[in-house]
Amino acid sequence: MNNRLIVFIIPAAIIAVFLLLSMVEKRAVADSRRTGFLQRNGAALSVFFVIAVGFWTLFMVTLPYLYMFQESFHPTLWPKDRGGPKDMLTLEHYRFFLYGSDGRGNYTHLWAFFLTILISLLVTIANFILCYPIAYYMAQVATAQKLRLLLLALIVPYWVNEILRAFALRVLLASKGVINTVLMSLGLIDEPFDFLGANIGLYVGLSYAYLLLMVFPLYNAIESLDSNQIEAARDLGAPWWRIHKDIVIPHAKPGIASGCTMVFMLSAGALAAPQFLGGPKTLWFTSIVYDFFFQSFNWARGSAYALILLLACILFVMLMLRLFKVCLGETIR
Amino acid sequence: MNSKFVMRAMIGFYLLVFFFYLFGPLVFMSITAFNTPNYPTAYRFEQFTWKWFDALFKDRDMMDGLVNSIIIGLGVVALAVPIGLAASVVMQQIYWRARSLYYLVTVSPVLTPGVIIGISTVIFWKDFSEATGLKPYLYKGIVLAIIGQSSFICAYCMLIIMARLQRFDRSQEEAALDLGASYPQVFWHILVPFLKPALFSAAVIAFLSSFENYNTTTFAILADKTLVTVLAGRVRQGTTPALSALAVIIITISLAGAVLYEFLKRREEQKAKRAYEQARLAETVGVGGVPALAPAGSG
Amino acid sequence: MSADVELDRVTIRFGNFTAVKGATLKINNGEFFSFLGPSGCGKTTILRTISGFLEPSEGTVRIGGKNMVGIGPNKRPTALIFQNLALFPLMTVAENITYGLRVRGVSRDGRRRRANELLNLIALPDQGGKLVSELSGGQRQRVAIARALCVEPQVLLLDEPLSALDLKLRQHMRNELRSIQKRVGITFIYITHDQGEALTMSDRIAVMNQGVIEQIGDGKTIYDRPETAFVASFVGENNPFHGKVARASKSEVVLDTSFGPLRGRSIKALSPGDRAILFVRPELLRLGNGTADSSLQSTVLNVAFEGNASHVFLKGAGSKDITLTVDRFAGVSIPSQGEMAHISYDPTMALVLPEGDMARE
Repeated sequence: MNNRLIVFIIPAAIIAVFLLLSMVEKRAVADSRRTGFLQRNGAALSVFFVIAVGFWTLFMVTLPYLYMFQESFHPTLWPKDRGGPKDMLTLEHYRFFLYGSDGRGNYTHLWAFFLTILISLLVTIANFILCYPIAYYMAQVATAQKLRLLLLALIVPYWVNEILRAFALRVLLASKGVINTVLMSLGLIDEPFDFLGANIGLYVGLSYAYLLLMVFPLYNAIESLDSNQIEAARDLGAPWWRIHKDIVIPHAKPGIASGCTMVFMLSAGALAAPQFLGGPKTLWFTSIVYDFFFQSFNWARGSAYALILLLACILFVMLMLRLFKVCLGETIR
Repeated sequence: MNSKFVMRAMIGFYLLVFFFYLFGPLVFMSITAFNTPNYPTAYRFEQFTWKWFDALFKDRDMMDGLVNSIIIGLGVVALAVPIGLAASVVMQQIYWRARSLYYLVTVSPVLTPGVIIGISTVIFWKDFSEATGLKPYLYKGIVLAIIGQSSFICAYCMLIIMARLQRFDRSQEEAALDLGASYPQVFWHILVPFLKPALFSAAVIAFLSSFENYNTTTFAILADKTLVTVLAGRVRQGTTPALSALAVIIITISLAGAVLYEFLKRREEQKAKRAYEQARLAETVGVGGVPALAPAGSG
Repeated sequence: MSADVELDRVTIRFGNFTAVKGATLKINNGEFFSFLGPSGCGKTTILRTISGFLEPSEGTVRIGGKNMVGIGPNKRPTALIFQNLALFPLMTVAENITYGLRVRGVSRDGRRRRANELLNLIALPDQGGKLVSELSGGQRQRVAIARALCVEPQVLLLDEPLSALDLKLRQHMRNELRSIQKRVGITFIYITHDQGEALTMSDRIAVMNQGVIEQIGDGKTIYDRPETAFVASFVGENNPFHGKVARASKSEVVLDTSFGPLRGRSIKALSPGDRAILFVRPELLRLGNGTADSSLQSTVLNVAFEGNASHVFLKGAGSKDITLTVDRFAGVSIPSQGEMAHISYDPTMALVLPEGDMARE
């Protein structure tokens, strides 16, 4: 297991560097303020803080990620072979993702990956278009009472679990479901339309699931805009679409970035909607990861795929930040 | 004005469609909970019945899952709120050069897909608990679910508590010290009472987030089950109105919670208003008839 | 129990900025001592160093003869009244007052008794159960004082406590604070930028400017015999006349100013050619001519009637006007605006001090 120990060394090294830097700086500048951490909190609390934060940031965040990262470079082995001579660092899982087991291109997985990203993007855009008007309405137009009511009305559906919501949609859209029955009785179609098989259920489900996560950041961002600016623009004769394009949207950039980021990441990483609303031919990338774990118990390969997903998400986040020119701190609600 | 009316109508129509999209599925589902057919239908209402609620409570797996969900939820609250508190205090005091990295690390679980958190938690803790010999205690569904969920729930708690901590008046801390309090006493007597509303919100959010979590829990729970994973299993097997019944229960509880919250909030506002009026009154009486100190004989 | 406070060559630095330079003084047991100076002069820094929130970069602080190095604010025999009072909003008035006892483990009964004693002392007898937010500004002041006195400190430190109050209340509180101090008998260290406060309340005052203590003395000494140009201009109203020393003897100096030669007393050694300022208080200027080297003339800019006196403002050499105060019953005719007036003074009542950093703007 020796090459796995590097996982512990990296964070330890970083912490040591910072500790050293802080000690050197403290000695160089003679400052009268009492800023010593130990002094400021007392012994018992200092120990508690360090242990609590250390346990979380190291053992619940950093180390697991690093461990999964390095695990993806190990071959798939029986438990008895781990740590032994066959356990050498390898890129075989990543190669598998690209080329498949016969070396001529893993079209299924690559296609699934591409589709997942594409659909997530489309869902993000669709949600933005859907939620922008209502966020704007809540932020600038609605009165205080109506606002509270709207907020409540928005939040209540989300207390219902995402799985139940997916279930509800499935009930609605199934062959024997309400929508098909209504459409047939109205004479618009002759036989039930397979919404679920055509993945429409999936798209609607994804969009539906993350509506709120787009509304709130948008609402917060638009709310901070001084309504006088909009009034001024209207006075100057600007048509409504110009007001939005030139004033509201630029101001709401952090909110847009935040909302889009959250919707994209949750959509790409979604498990429930594809599992319950996808048709039989749907292959969602995250479901593939799930299968590696629960069906083939190929943890190493599952880690590699999970990392690929993570990479896609990180790239998207960075793209968003660059596009909207906001910094990370502003995107957290 | 014609265009204004059209605008108003369009907005109204849009709102209607939006909320129909949002509530529609849930309304239908709620109706099916009370309808007799085995397949959830709302269109043709046959007969009102409670039998699906009954079936729900008789579902052994579901009830086991519920108990586990509650245990995990409480575990997460017990773990995440103190860590969130520690993390926000450290955020204010950490070496300034390390702050951005610290912020990145603490907030990253919020942005990471739940799937990845679940996977990494299981992989790491399996090997780690083996290596340190704690496997029988740590490599358990409930424990790993608590750890995995807390990964990002600690971040939620930290952000909630930090928002309140930033409004804390440092001079109160100094006043307490000046009067002779030790640092732990300052923390417990002054800071924590101030943070109480945030600690409470964080606890509630932590419990609710834990209860309804699926993506991370699916991986971390190993062979155990929570209410949500059982639910997922049932939905995969087929559709029965018993699940609609569950949804109705959840909606009712949520609505009750919302009403309670609104009621408590109103009471707080009234208390603050009364205190403010008292102060105003004291102010107007004050200057004109400022009483002199008690004569030298007393006190 | 009371104690004296000693600062021995205390210097306080924040990074590259020196807030206090080489402060040395002794505050006596039971004294009402003030630090007076403009914002940023370092007086708050000194107060926080005495309370223990800051460690001096150089020098020592001694309270009651004991060196306070390394002793935190919670272990020092001092109590601080903050500028914003820093009362605990979530505790009642009684809980606020007896907080010091609570952290020392005093029983609930003991605390209740002491709370009632102090509530009577500050004339708020039945307000113990109220929250701080229900009290007026003046009442909160008194609670802050009671809270500090409750721990029976040897030294009470007050950080501009009256700056947030309106004028009438401020006047009233000045007297109250002084009488509390006399009654309780402990050392009070008071900081303020209001020289009226400092002069009326204190036994002795330290005047500070940009981290340096310029003079220490009682009110009368500081007012009549300032030792630096800053003290002369900061404490009370004063008319500065800038110039170069023409002649200097042991106790007298003649200054070449834009109003001609002016003579005054000197307490610091000055040589011909030095830049110096001659100070004459407004109430010591007289209308009419005097000797050749103690008279000047200037245009009257404005005359202000202020009840018991009139102030005549004349054009000065720089941006500062010359102020002359005429008592109501002086029996002189006051010139009108625009007139050219002759004014003079008694040279023994004028002080010449080196310019220092009070160069003319």
